[in-house]
Amino acid sequence: MELFLQQVFNGIMFGSTYAIVALGLTLVMGILHIPNFAHGHLYMLGGYITYFFITSLGLGYWPSLLLSIIVLGILGVIMEAIVYRPLHDQPHINAFIAAVGALLVLEAMAEVIWGPQGLRIPNPYPHTFQFLGIIMSVQRLLVIIGAVVLIVLLHLFLKKTLTGTTIEAVAQNREGAMLNGINVNRVSALTFFISSGTAAVAASFISPIFVISPAMGAIIGMKAFIIVILGGMGSIPGAIIGGYFLGLIESLGGGYVSAAYKDVIAFGALIVIFSFKPTGLFGKKEG
Amino acid sequence: MITKPIHTKLLYGFILLAALLLPLYAPDPYMFQVIIMSLIFAIAVLAMNLIIGFTGQASLAHAAFFGFGAYGVAIMTKAGISFWLALPAAASISALLGLVIGPPALRTRGSYFAIVTLAFGVIVWIVAGNWVQVTGGHNGIFGIPRPTPIPIPFLGEIEFFEQTAQYYLVLAFLLLTLFIMHRLVYSVFGLTFMAIRNNEPLADAVGINTFTTKLIAFVTANFFAGLAGGLYVAIIGAVSPSVASHMLTFNFLIFLILGGMATLTGPVVGAFAIPILMEWLQELGHFRMLFFGVLLIVTIIYFPRGLVGGIRQLNQKIADWRQTKS
Amino acid sequence: MLAVKYLSKQFEGLVAVKELNFDIQEGEILAIIGPNGAGKSTVFNLLTGTLKPTAGKVFIHDEDITGLKPYQIVKKGVARTFQTTSLFDQLRVIDNMLIGCKWRTRLGFWNTLFHTPGWKSQHDQAVQSALETLDFLGLADKALAFIPTLSQEEQKRLAIGVALVSKPKLLLLDEPTGGLIREETERIAQFIKSVREQGTTVCIIEHKMQMIMGMADRILVLNYGQKIAEGSPDDIKSNQAVIEAYLGGEAHA
Repeated sequence: MELFLQQVFNGIMFGSTYAIVALGLTLVMGILHIPNFAHGHLYMLGGYITYFFITSLGLGYWPSLLLSIIVLGILGVIMEAIVYRPLHDQPHINAFIAAVGALLVLEAMAEVIWGPQGLRIPNPYPHTFQFLGIIMSVQRLLVIIGAVVLIVLLHLFLKKTLTGTTIEAVAQNREGAMLNGINVNRVSALTFFISSGTAAVAASFISPIFVISPAMGAIIGMKAFIIVILGGMGSIPGAIIGGYFLGLIESLGGGYVSAAYKDVIAFGALIVIFSFKPTGLFGKKEG
Repeated sequence: MITKPIHTKLLYGFILLAALLLPLYAPDPYMFQVIIMSLIFAIAVLAMNLIIGFTGQASLAHAAFFGFGAYGVAIMTKAGISFWLALPAAASISALLGLVIGPPALRTRGSYFAIVTLAFGVIVWIVAGNWVQVTGGHNGIFGIPRPTPIPIPFLGEIEFFEQTAQYYLVLAFLLLTLFIMHRLVYSVFGLTFMAIRNNEPLADAVGINTFTTKLIAFVTANFFAGLAGGLYVAIIGAVSPSVASHMLTFNFLIFLILGGMATLTGPVVGAFAIPILMEWLQELGHFRMLFFGVLLIVTIIYFPRGLVGGIRQLNQKIADWRQTKS
Repeated sequence: MLAVKYLSKQFEGLVAVKELNFDIQEGEILAIIGPNGAGKSTVFNLLTGTLKPTAGKVFIHDEDITGLKPYQIVKKGVARTFQTTSLFDQLRVIDNMLIGCKWRTRLGFWNTLFHTPGWKSQHDQAVQSALETLDFLGLADKALAFIPTLSQEEQKRLAIGVALVSKPKLLLLDEPTGGLIREETERIAQFIKSVREQGTTVCIIEHKMQMIMGMADRILVLNYGQKIAEGSPDDIKSNQAVIEAYLGGEAHA
């Protein structure tokens, strides 16, 4: 029972990370119909930037987190403008190839600056305690609570502010939004900012617990992709539920079945589901 | 359906002659090894070109099928099976696995197909790293025998310990691959691949079974990817999960895009020139991938047909300009 | 030769085609007309397998072809063109034609790989019929040209040619003269008549009334997915329901 609860707790923690990363990706894919395959690499870089502000500049955890959001947000905006916008009218496959180029650049950048080996952000809240037989740390709780706060904030932004509703309008109907006089390029840039910034938050929350490495972007990026495709492109609830679901499944599968093959679950599920529903679980037609 | 102009034929003849005579220049062993590897990669990239370049389906499981060929030959030859049996068998296994994964994967389109094949590639990579009894886990398999010597009556036998013999072996397979690709692609049948890439609804409406055609392209590509993988382990003598990783797929993709999609020269040029360029840029360390990443983005935005396509375009422009002048 | 029985199609509650019955006679030119959004193109998509009907059946020579895939229906001798000119625009004219007649050949994977006996004659035959059709289209001298270098009329012609090269029994044309000027329209109309004279049955969707009246043997009028009239051009001209539908349609547009 304790093992089970522990796995559920860890699953929720990983799920929180997946949910935020997938949330950022689903916004971008819903709005731009661009397979931003480099999204996981933005997440990876977010961890490194926070690391940089803390260890190299000696700033505190929270100011570093804030700066990391800004840096990553700007990076996302730049990426949209120089990599994806010129390919807007090209076949889909070209954008995908450009995304591969972008992720190679981001990964090489991290390797050049910080080296290929793993690093760890100093843990700001290392205090651990037991609850119902589960070992928890304050930082782990922060990952979970932080994700909920972020999701709620994002929800309020998208539903209650004018800018937010514009983003949703474009996500649901790009042509219609354009006809209504919305500046789609501005919305794209803003969406990329939010998407990259939230990825930085997710990475900064969890990086004091697990090491960061340049290679980690690829796997989480693919998982986020899978969550988004299965949850429905542009669907925010789909990304959140899918994220938590995958975190739980992986954690339980890793604990009870095989830790080595934990990562296979997400990828296998994708292939199985696509065999039955080629357009995804909540298949909107791919743009 | 039109024959190539005479100077193009001469150029290809000259390149072939240069390739045949290359060992006479006795390049240093290290560079020679890089060249041999380039030729193997050229086979894999030609295969990738069939499914991505000609048929327009972004299969990102390519290294996985390269890996099937590599592990297949490694396991079979270590078990004492002749290389000459193991190689076609491993390539066929690779093709067969393509036939298994192809039908579900090909029901999806566009970037969905890319992500499904990529997911399959990642699974293969993870399994290769963890199924210790069969694949040797993360350490891989060592001490794979060189290709079995070919006996020649009265003259002894051809052995493959020397780089020169290995080079000719690989070159022969590359030429075979080129010959087969040329036959398939430049034919009425080959036009159906391009028809699907160009306008799938119309292809469907003029009586082409698009699903089967895509499956044929996918399986054929995977056969040659497996072939390249099998040659690779026989020359290197070892195999590890990295041969099945998505990073190798991305490398193939770089060779393909920079060389030029949807031509037969492009993949060969890309697979030959880029690894050599990468060797030259060795001292740049991790900056190398930064460089190639940027190059990939710039190429796909501004020269989507790569180096060879770009040169052709230029040639065409010059020809047009001459025509208007005269 | 083709019979449509109680054909219906709904898109998420929206009725596009409702209980449609009609048939196409061997050797005739049948025109389907109707205001924008009357469901004309949807009918074509249902006949050719691009869409699956919600209810009803389609028969060719008494054979039920409902639910077959587009490439299978082509093999029953039904070819089509699309409303927006649809070609393989990255390829040459001759390549477009060869793709169009590929399904009639045995130029598959193994025959191509091994150049089996018969491959050569099959190949030459395909090229031959492609060139013949190009000649018939009046595009013989453009065989090696790339699509973007062709004029709009030539592209429209070629699009019909790609459908025609496999010698279908029934040719479905979706607005073959859309966007063309008067002289061009007349040339295409002339061309379509010569297609029929070659023995191909034609079913055509068109907006240009004058052209249709001079060309069609029979006309079928659709409105809101339903048949409101059917008959000879003269009958249609004086049909009250048709006039109302068209005036109503104009008023809304």
